[in-house]
Amino acid sequence: MAVDVHQEVFIQEAQELLEELEESLLELENDTDNADIVARIFRAMHTIKGSGAMFGFENIAHLVHDVETAYDMVRNGELTISKDMLEYSLKSCDVIKEMLQDAAIKADSPEAVEILNFFRGCQNKPQEAKPEAPVDNIEETSTADERAYRIRFKPEETILMQGTNPAHLLEELEEMGESKIIAHTSSVPPLAEMDPEKCYTFWDILLTTNKTENDIRDVFIFVEDDSEIKINVIDDFTTEDDHYKKLGEILLEKGDVTAEALQALMNEKKMLGEMLVEKGLVKPEAIASALEEQKHVKEMRNKKAAVESAASIRVPSEKLDSMVDLVGELVTVQARLNQTAVEDLNPELMKIAEEVERLVWELRDNTMSIRMLQIGSTFSKYKRLVRDLSRDLGKDIELITKGEDTELDKTVIEKLGDPLVHLVRNSVDHGIGTPADRIAAGKDGKGQILLSAEHSGDSVLIQIKDNGKGIDRDVILNKAIEKGIVAEGAEMTDKEVYELIFAAGFSTAESVSNVSGRGVGMDVVKRNIEALRGTIYIESTLGVGTTITLKLPLTLAIIDGLLVTISDQSFIVPLSRVNECIEFKESEYKTESCRKILKVRDELIPYVKLRDIFGIKDGVPDIQQIVIVELEGRRVGFVVDNVIGDHQTVIKSLGKTFKDVECVSGASVLGNGSVALIIDIVKVYTSIE
Amino acid sequence: MSKTILTVDDSASIRQMVKFTLTKEGYNVIEACDGKDALTKVNGANIDMVVTDLNMPNMDGITLIKQLRTQAKFKFIPIIMLTTESQDSKKAEGKSAGATGWIVKPFKPEQLITVTKKVLR
Repeated sequence: MAVDVHQEVFIQEAQELLEELEESLLELENDTDNADIVARIFRAMHTIKGSGAMFGFENIAHLVHDVETAYDMVRNGELTISKDMLEYSLKSCDVIKEMLQDAAIKADSPEAVEILNFFRGCQNKPQEAKPEAPVDNIEETSTADERAYRIRFKPEETILMQGTNPAHLLEELEEMGESKIIAHTSSVPPLAEMDPEKCYTFWDILLTTNKTENDIRDVFIFVEDDSEIKINVIDDFTTEDDHYKKLGEILLEKGDVTAEALQALMNEKKMLGEMLVEKGLVKPEAIASALEEQKHVKEMRNKKAAVESAASIRVPSEKLDSMVDLVGELVTVQARLNQTAVEDLNPELMKIAEEVERLVWELRDNTMSIRMLQIGSTFSKYKRLVRDLSRDLGKDIELITKGEDTELDKTVIEKLGDPLVHLVRNSVDHGIGTPADRIAAGKDGKGQILLSAEHSGDSVLIQIKDNGKGIDRDVILNKAIEKGIVAEGAEMTDKEVYELIFAAGFSTAESVSNVSGRGVGMDVVKRNIEALRGTIYIESTLGVGTTITLKLPLTLAIIDGLLVTISDQSFIVPLSRVNECIEFKESEYKTESCRKILKVRDELIPYVKLRDIFGIKDGVPDIQQIVIVELEGRRVGFVVDNVIGDHQTVIKSLGKTFKDVECVSGASVLGNGSVALIIDIVKVYTSIE
Repeated sequence: MSKTILTVDDSASIRQMVKFTLTKEGYNVIEACDGKDALTKVNGANIDMVVTDLNMPNMDGITLIKQLRTQAKFKFIPIIMLTTESQDSKKAEGKSAGATGWIVKPFKPEQLITVTKKVLR
């Protein structure tokens, strides 16, 4: 055991110290006034005591303690060396030596007691050699109920000079539970006067935790003497009433404002916070902090209530599907109601319509959120996949997942499974090399694949990132030329080259392995992702790694669309893709060549006339509109007649009959009962290309 | 990269215990037997934290802390003092010299780890 090793070292050290001690004691006998020798003796005792206690020799520590104290008094001139004292000191050395050999000798053995009594006598202490009660650090069991605390931590300005980083303390608090931290920065001086080595900020921390106040104080143990630390319980979540502390009460409690000043202001009828700031009674941050506290308590109470009633129920997913359908219908009807109300100019009806609109939107969001699932459940199966594959291929690969709690529509998650498996397989097979290759390339033999999910606006980004070899653009290009996908000598950007990977029938693996390389891969992946109205793109640095990013919509059933018209027909462009809309006068862009390029703020943008795509000939207006959307990192314009505005689009599929129609991904029913086609702009654009 | 901790103590067994405990936690540990030795050892080295005894021959802990704090490199690093005397006077003296915190001897390895993790993040 480790302790034995330490004990051995201690025994050896103690023996050396004892010899030194004996020598010093003998010297002292001849030279009783020599302070140096006394100091040496004291230090030797001190070390024996300190180390002894640490390595299980409490008996020694206990014995030495009183001897040490006596010599401390000698050192400070409170006691003079006597012959007896030297005698007993030497005796104690002998006893300690015995104790080192035989741990069974207790501190209450006759010799020890005799020594103790003598030294205690020197200190005029009561002569009872009773061993001190062992100090047990029985940790306070912190199974207390949750409480919300308000902690004010105002460190001394010089806190940084003592090697304490206040941010660490805040971090430590954050780890204890649900917390909010508000920084008060009002005393930070202007830059010119500021001493960067000082800390001018103080903090209010709102913490909901099941730890006790003592536990919280422990965080500040090293700074509590020089810092202002106030800890109050602001809510113990036991009261059932709905009373929340008012702003004024909180400020008063914290001592940010006096009762009189508050009372004077209460007579005016305005928002208290505003008034206090206006009058300069309270700093804006203090108000913000107090408001934050209100919010925190409220949130924590709600959460508590939610936990208490956290019974979940299982519902067959068809029921959810049909509920979404119904909500979809409702959204459509609501749009009709709105339109009728506006056309009739009936204020009463309009009021009702607005209310219904609000409710429907809430219902829509709620229904959608019910269908959301955490993506984490699917992530776990990739761990196994990577493990098995890398073993088969003789590679050492670790899969790290991040953002497991990201929520996505159930359908999206279901349909995402196959493409993701494919992409992960690809990373294992093509991305990361064998340990030998990797070490030769100066990397860690163990490869890494990071599978992460995160929210980004109304979509979810899923990334598969490996630290492998990266994509060699020449290999891709040569293969594509060989397969006749690209003409020889074509000049292509890296991006375009990577796109080739998604071309049908493209596979670069030299031989078909068990894992990948059948050439049915990436084009299918891309099609699947696009069917989910998502996009996929690749970034890669040769020798460093490859990142594949999937951007997926949160939900499939209802989207925000931009309603546009061409002639008398309505179309919908997914709003998430739209950058901007600008006017378009055809006459201004008439060029001799048939190239359709538009100049917008010095940027050249290719454009497509939807009119031509859908074969609508009649009624070209003088001024058309151009909707600029973002496609695969490029901006592309689509010319339409009119832009109506945003539209809650309930996506309806066109059914089997039209399943082969490209350029249209579905349809939606408008408020007036007519149908608008949802344009699949990716398909439209690629079909033109 | 693992962080480097300097342990200063005239007791070899304490140094060994500190070193053993912290090395097991993945830290890099340098030993010094007193304040003077410590000052020569920090010269040119990158030290992330210091654990020092107070009572030592040649140069005591308080002087060491003061000296370290005058050097720009060690101005803000955490310095923990080991004290047997839990008297407040010694603690206060150490704090005003620039110590970050303290551990009272005798201490258990776990206490050392807790304090280290607290001040060295």
